[in-house]
Amino acid sequence: MTTVIGQLINALQLGSIYALVALGYSMVYGIISLLNFAHGDIIMVGAYAAWFIMTSLNSFLPFGAVAAIAVVFSILICTLLGAGIEKVAYAPLRSAPRLSLLITAIGVSYFLENMAQMIFGAGAKSVPNIISIGSFHVGKMTVSWTSAITLIVSVISMAVLTVFVKKTKMGKAMRAVSEDVGTAQLMGINPNKTISLTFAIGSALAGIGSILYCCAYAQASPTMGSMLGLKAFVAAVLGGIGSIPGAVLGGFAIGLAETLVSSVGLSVWKDAIVFAILIIVLIFKPAGILGKKKIEKV
Amino acid sequence: MSIKQKINRLPVFVRALIISVVFAVFLVVVQILISGGTISGYISKIIILVGINMILTLSLNIATGYLGQLPLGHAGFMAVGAYTSAIILRAVPADSAAALFPVTLIAGGIMAAIFGLIIGIPALRLKGDYLDIITLVLGEIFRVIITNIDSVLGFDFTYGARSLKNIPKVTTFIGTFLCVAITCLLIYTLIHSRQGRAILAVRDNEIAAESCGINITLYKTLGFTISAFFAGIAGALYASYLGILNPASFGFMKSIEILVMVVFGGMGSMIGSLISATVLTVLPEALREFESFRMLVYSLLLIVIMIFNHSDKMKRFKTVAIDKIKAVFSKKAVKGAENEQH
Repeated sequence: MTTVIGQLINALQLGSIYALVALGYSMVYGIISLLNFAHGDIIMVGAYAAWFIMTSLNSFLPFGAVAAIAVVFSILICTLLGAGIEKVAYAPLRSAPRLSLLITAIGVSYFLENMAQMIFGAGAKSVPNIISIGSFHVGKMTVSWTSAITLIVSVISMAVLTVFVKKTKMGKAMRAVSEDVGTAQLMGINPNKTISLTFAIGSALAGIGSILYCCAYAQASPTMGSMLGLKAFVAAVLGGIGSIPGAVLGGFAIGLAETLVSSVGLSVWKDAIVFAILIIVLIFKPAGILGKKKIEKV
Repeated sequence: MSIKQKINRLPVFVRALIISVVFAVFLVVVQILISGGTISGYISKIIILVGINMILTLSLNIATGYLGQLPLGHAGFMAVGAYTSAIILRAVPADSAAALFPVTLIAGGIMAAIFGLIIGIPALRLKGDYLDIITLVLGEIFRVIITNIDSVLGFDFTYGARSLKNIPKVTTFIGTFLCVAITCLLIYTLIHSRQGRAILAVRDNEIAAESCGINITLYKTLGFTISAFFAGIAGALYASYLGILNPASFGFMKSIEILVMVVFGGMGSMIGSLISATVLTVLPEALREFESFRMLVYSLLLIVIMIFNHSDKMKRFKTVAIDKIKAVFSKKAVKGAENEQH
């Protein structure tokens, strides 16, 4: 029983990281229909930012202060990077065909990966654990603070995001632009600003995700973003791309499936099984679990 | 009359004759240069790789350019073809490998086509981005299966991550480029046939095509399967070109690489595919002296070219620039005419 609950906690920890990253994919797709391949690499940059602060400031400041700076710095870097990429690479292609935007996103992803490889080398860097408080007990169970904080942080971020999108004026603008850019513009919404904002928020979530990833796996490498990004992306599609609760649901579903497969000793097959789940869901529910079915007009 | 118009006025068989003579001369000349040692072994390897990438690009172009879909798992079909051909070639005696190679090529192609068919039927029910995603994911599943199948079977079949070694290296320059020519010919005739026009109609407007009595599912699956077939052929060539296969080389990035070639060449353009496959295979090799910079330059070029070709500002800038250049030339022409009059 305890192992089952232990695995469940692992699944929730992994799932919440996927969910945070999936939210970024989902929001960006919702607003400009772009599969943002660079999103996974933003996480990688965030992880390197955290590593940089943790190792360079370690000798000057107490651990708590360094950790706090690392968190803020890496979220800030991710946010700026996400918004910057949008301004430089995606904004000029607003009216271009979908495919050229996709290729640009791939180009950005390659660029970030190779840049990181050039600056930091191809090997993995070990990131000191930011939440180094050990664990606590619930009955007979031992729960690490890392898992607990990961879960709490992601639930809070998702709640804040939901409130932001549902209740604030800017969130309303985001929803309007994702529904119809032209009409939104007629209502006085600036679509460029709104799209930039969406990228910034998505990337900030990726920044939080990168910190949590570093806490869980304690390393940063140039290619870490591609598989993580792909899985998170699968999570977003599984839940119904463009939908916020869908991305969260998809993230947790993927995390759960992966942990389950690994815990029965089939860990080499976990990628294939996760992807197979996506295929089965898409065949029976082509828009994802919570996605809206679009009615085609002739 | 421009040269292009003149060429188009020639009868078909004359055009075919000209193309085949030019192609045969190209084959013979390059082969003589290779065997004479004028073209080094390294460069001749790159030339073969260009040929393989041409077939890959042409094959993906069927699915993207002509069928209007965007499969992101093309490397998966390439892997199926590569492993099929390699496993057969390893099983036969080494001295008959070269003679059997055409057979294993086709076997690789057919195997890839079968997989394309099995996958195409459910995948093509989905539309747009969902189709892209499902093919991407299927490509990854292929890779995981090839990596881990040995432990399920209980004997060495694909050798997984340890790599399939000692594949007879029977891919030659002439063989590769004959395959390129045959691929071009088959695709050209396909697109100009009744079935090809149906495929193009599905791309242009599915609903209109359906109301004209075209069976959309049939033609989508047909296009997808043919695309997979040629990818399998390219894979088989690739296996015998490298002599060693590792599932990691058929990942998602390989699919993207092929897609980039197709988009660079222009979707639905055969000449474009051939040119972009050449440029994008040679470019990373030419940049090799910059070592760590080369992928950086490659990725930057991707972004810059896309922005240059498609952004509104750039389009406006280009039309203005072209107008100015034209104005300069027409002024000169006017002046020239005036001078002649005097």
